[in-house]
Amino acid sequence: MAHSNISYSGLAMIRYIFILCVLALSNQASAAKKPAQYGIGQAITDSDIAAWNIDVSPNGNGLPAGSGSVTNGQVVFKDKCAVCHGPDAKGGTGFVGPQLVGGQGTLNTSTPVKTIGSFWPYATTVFDYINRAMPYTKPQSLTSTEVYSLTAYLLFLNGILSETTVLDDHSLPLVLMPNRNGFVGDPRPDVKKPKR
Amino acid sequence: MSNLKNNDNEETEEDSDKTLKSRRRFLSASAALSGFAVAQNSVGALDNPLTVPQWSKEPGAATNKNPYGQPSSFESDVVRRTRSAPNPPGVGSSLTPLQDLEGIITPGGLHYERHHAGVPQIDPDQHRFVVHGLVSNPKIFTIDDILRLPSVSRIHFLECSGNSGALWSDQPTLASARIPFPVQAIHGLLSCSEWTGVRLSTILEQVGVSKTAKWFLAESADSAGMTRSIPIDKAWDDALVVYAQNGERLRPEQGYPLRLLLPGFEGNTSVKWLRRIKLSTEPFQTREETSKYTDLLPDGKARQFTFVMEAKSVITYPSPGHVLSGPGFYEIRGLAWSGRGYIKRVDVSIDGGLTWKQATLEGPRLSKALQRFRFPWTWSSSPAIIQSRAIDNTGYVQPTREQLVAVRGVNSNYHFNGITRWEVNADGTLKHIV
Repeated sequence: MAHSNISYSGLAMIRYIFILCVLALSNQASAAKKPAQYGIGQAITDSDIAAWNIDVSPNGNGLPAGSGSVTNGQVVFKDKCAVCHGPDAKGGTGFVGPQLVGGQGTLNTSTPVKTIGSFWPYATTVFDYINRAMPYTKPQSLTSTEVYSLTAYLLFLNGILSETTVLDDHSLPLVLMPNRNGFVGDPRPDVKKPKR
Repeated sequence: MSNLKNNDNEETEEDSDKTLKSRRRFLSASAALSGFAVAQNSVGALDNPLTVPQWSKEPGAATNKNPYGQPSSFESDVVRRTRSAPNPPGVGSSLTPLQDLEGIITPGGLHYERHHAGVPQIDPDQHRFVVHGLVSNPKIFTIDDILRLPSVSRIHFLECSGNSGALWSDQPTLASARIPFPVQAIHGLLSCSEWTGVRLSTILEQVGVSKTAKWFLAESADSAGMTRSIPIDKAWDDALVVYAQNGERLRPEQGYPLRLLLPGFEGNTSVKWLRRIKLSTEPFQTREETSKYTDLLPDGKARQFTFVMEAKSVITYPSPGHVLSGPGFYEIRGLAWSGRGYIKRVDVSIDGGLTWKQATLEGPRLSKALQRFRFPWTWSSSPAIIQSRAIDNTGYVQPTREQLVAVRGVNSNYHFNGITRWEVNADGTLKHIV
């Protein structure tokens, strides 16, 4: 009786190991297969996405056709931006918006001033941010002409463009920002272990 | 001044608030402790013999009087607080009251906030989530679609990269009338939740990601249109698209109805109110990864894409605002966490860092989650300096402020993870010291 039980257990164990092997093989097979497709989510075309597809890359991808001048930018700024950023885009007491001009040459001092002119590495980012998020109380309300114009005006105020500049989707990505090479990667962990 | 500029570490001290009454909580708590000490140490009658209180003599409030339950009214000062009045109102941050919390889970209503354009009220039936760019089958998902997909639940901390940023200064502005508790004022941009959602990898598998995709853009549906570029490896590793927090749907302040959750990464990358993910070969160089959330060094260069929150710890009890009622036993308790993995060890010093002893880690070891630690301490009533340091599973040891400043200077704003020191005075009060 006892002997019979043992041999039955042994057989069960062999079966169990066999099943484990089959399971392992089938797991391997499924890992090599294509990932699970659930048929969930609806296909969408580029034209369907257009209203949301507003990001602009440093190479100019995403910029809408159009243009804007420094002189027009000055008008738009006074009308829609100065209330928060100050009449000269320098922010300061009484204005909730940050300083947008100046600060060049201060980054390695004890009182760095980070502005579009002193800190931002790409001019396309100025367009992208104004276009998606400004004015604070009415984002996505500006025309592309207004956004090109404001970008041109702010770059002029920072001494990067001349007063007669007209920016468009071809020229904006070519603007070289003063702090273009001011960024480095993340070297952390960067602190040595303390002595025990 | 401007809250648009530096909201993640602004330290403005302003108009008084009702929050000063919070001190009452701890003074009365210490009075109760004093009573306990008397009862324990002396033989004889209590000053005030027990009476039967009113709540033992009549039925309480009706069942389900509050269909969404509320904390005891005696806990009304356990609240988030802001360091300054947000201006505009939608731009700013509020901090978690770490000095009042136990364990590792932050109640949903106390999770810290950081908004760039207020809290949108999004109708989940109308919300849409798009995944496109370098994919073979761009798709749009409803919330109902996301709910059908295989789900996971994971406990992870979220910490703002500007958390503890006040300590870059050797003369930090800490407690104010608005926040009488320095651990909240300094470290309160830290919370931990159980998050439920879908692996981002599961979603990406539904759209067929091109091998050339190396980054993805995550974009929010609020009026800030917040955007961050994230390396694609994070998507295949542990990124989640979540719809629930601590068992219930996300709070509006936390991204209702859908947010990204990038375990161990600085909080702003876990984009809330998620509406779009776009795959690309290069980062997009958005405003929030160039002019903000970059770490300026003394030479004028700035570190970019500094995602990981390195190991850190802080003693939450006792901490300034608490008052020790007299000499004797206290359990020192605190939190430790690492964006690289789990906490392997926490050391505590009661002599300002001259000697260290290992603390007990309480509860499970969870990767990229808060770890509660505790340490038995008998206070002699002499002045003491209590501090903790965390060591994570990579062997990384939480540094001192001096070590951080030696490498990064004092203008990098973000990612301060140095040791925090509390000085215990002879009268039982505590204060922060550098």
